[in-house]
Amino acid sequence: MATVSMTVNGKTVTKTVDSRRLLVEFLREDLRLTGTHVGCDTSQCGACVVHVDGRAIKSCTALALSCEGKTVTTIEGLANGATLHPMQEAFREHHALQCGYCTPGMIMASVDLVQRNGPGVDEHTIRRELDGNICRCTGYHNIVKAIAAGAAAMGSVRQAAE
Amino acid sequence: MYAFDYHRPATVHDAQGLLKDGAKLLAGGQTLIPTMKQRLASPSAVVDLGAIGELRKIEQNGNALVIGAMATHAEVAGSKTVMSALPGLAGVPGAIGDPHVRNSGTIGGSVANNDPAADYPAAVLALGATVITSKRQIAADNFFDGLFTTVLGEDEIITALSFPLGAKFGYAKFANPASRYALVGVAVAQRGSEVRVAVTGAGSNGVFRVPAMEAALAKSFTPAAITSVKADASGLMSDIHADAAYRANLIGVMAKRAVEAAA
Repeated sequence: MATVSMTVNGKTVTKTVDSRRLLVEFLREDLRLTGTHVGCDTSQCGACVVHVDGRAIKSCTALALSCEGKTVTTIEGLANGATLHPMQEAFREHHALQCGYCTPGMIMASVDLVQRNGPGVDEHTIRRELDGNICRCTGYHNIVKAIAAGAAAMGSVRQAAE
Repeated sequence: MYAFDYHRPATVHDAQGLLKDGAKLLAGGQTLIPTMKQRLASPSAVVDLGAIGELRKIEQNGNALVIGAMATHAEVAGSKTVMSALPGLAGVPGAIGDPHVRNSGTIGGSVANNDPAADYPAAVLALGATVITSKRQIAADNFFDGLFTTVLGEDEIITALSFPLGAKFGYAKFANPASRYALVGVAVAQRGSEVRVAVTGAGSNGVFRVPAMEAALAKSFTPAAITSVKADASGLMSDIHADAAYRANLIGVMAKRAVEAAA
């Protein structure tokens, strides 16, 4: 057992955990943030994607102890109160989900890809960047549409803020 | 996972002191953690290199591009220093796994693991890079030692990879569509009159060079120069994804694409 401290969705948390604790287990079981999902548990499906220090990673393939001092954002940390994040809103608007299981990871991956590729990211780039996220329901078309729309909306939110 | 002791040293020196009695280094964890979850690895202790900031540096040092062992694939792929010093190299980490894997996986971890289908070993061997460790400097030609094996000692840590500048370099990969590992990946480097061709994904003993292609490309560094040079299928892997003859053919195809892409 060892003690780990990190900032999760803006709050500092400190817990004593087993060295084997994966980041995803820490989030779901110790912090009860169950929005981050475990799909495959073998680093392939992307349902567990969260942001660590602003970068998307697979939380099933990281030790909680490795996140000492880091800043973690999960799907629960995206919305601003009752107002959804533009990417969440775009997924709803464009019906980019059916069962919804992959959605938290898809949205976290989408926000990351827009941050790296900009609000005008093209369809080809979006599809290539979704390499690490598997959806077994939608066939991806509406997810791609939602990400393009969400990207544009993120761009206009940023402009409005500036 | 089996239980293990966890260490998070602040310096390479401290990390080295912890490497004993079956302890393992944790870099980006993209291979080690899945392997431990499957109980295929059961280290007594995990020594996490994540807190050693000096291992993440990417810099041009005289006539070499020096990439810290803990630089992630995304950091190398997006590095302006890499793009200006050795632009062809950025495409190697850019083709590994998926964006999330690239945000975690590291160059040092990839090279130390020496997976027979990993991308970096081909680039390191073709470019004649030097593996810098906590104890010595090892030429790429002497570093890789068969499947998942290198000449690294048990308490030796890769701190950086040093790539000599002044080469034209290209890498072409036929990725397994599920895993994104190389079914065959070919790295080609031309430096003056010397050409080096290194193949990953195909060899049943890991990464290897192709002297016949090197000789042909040294005469003429064009895709056409290797049209008639056939890769030998003996010693290549055969599995459900591709048999040895298919891989041998892919070596020729990927080598031509790598020459074409060389920059």
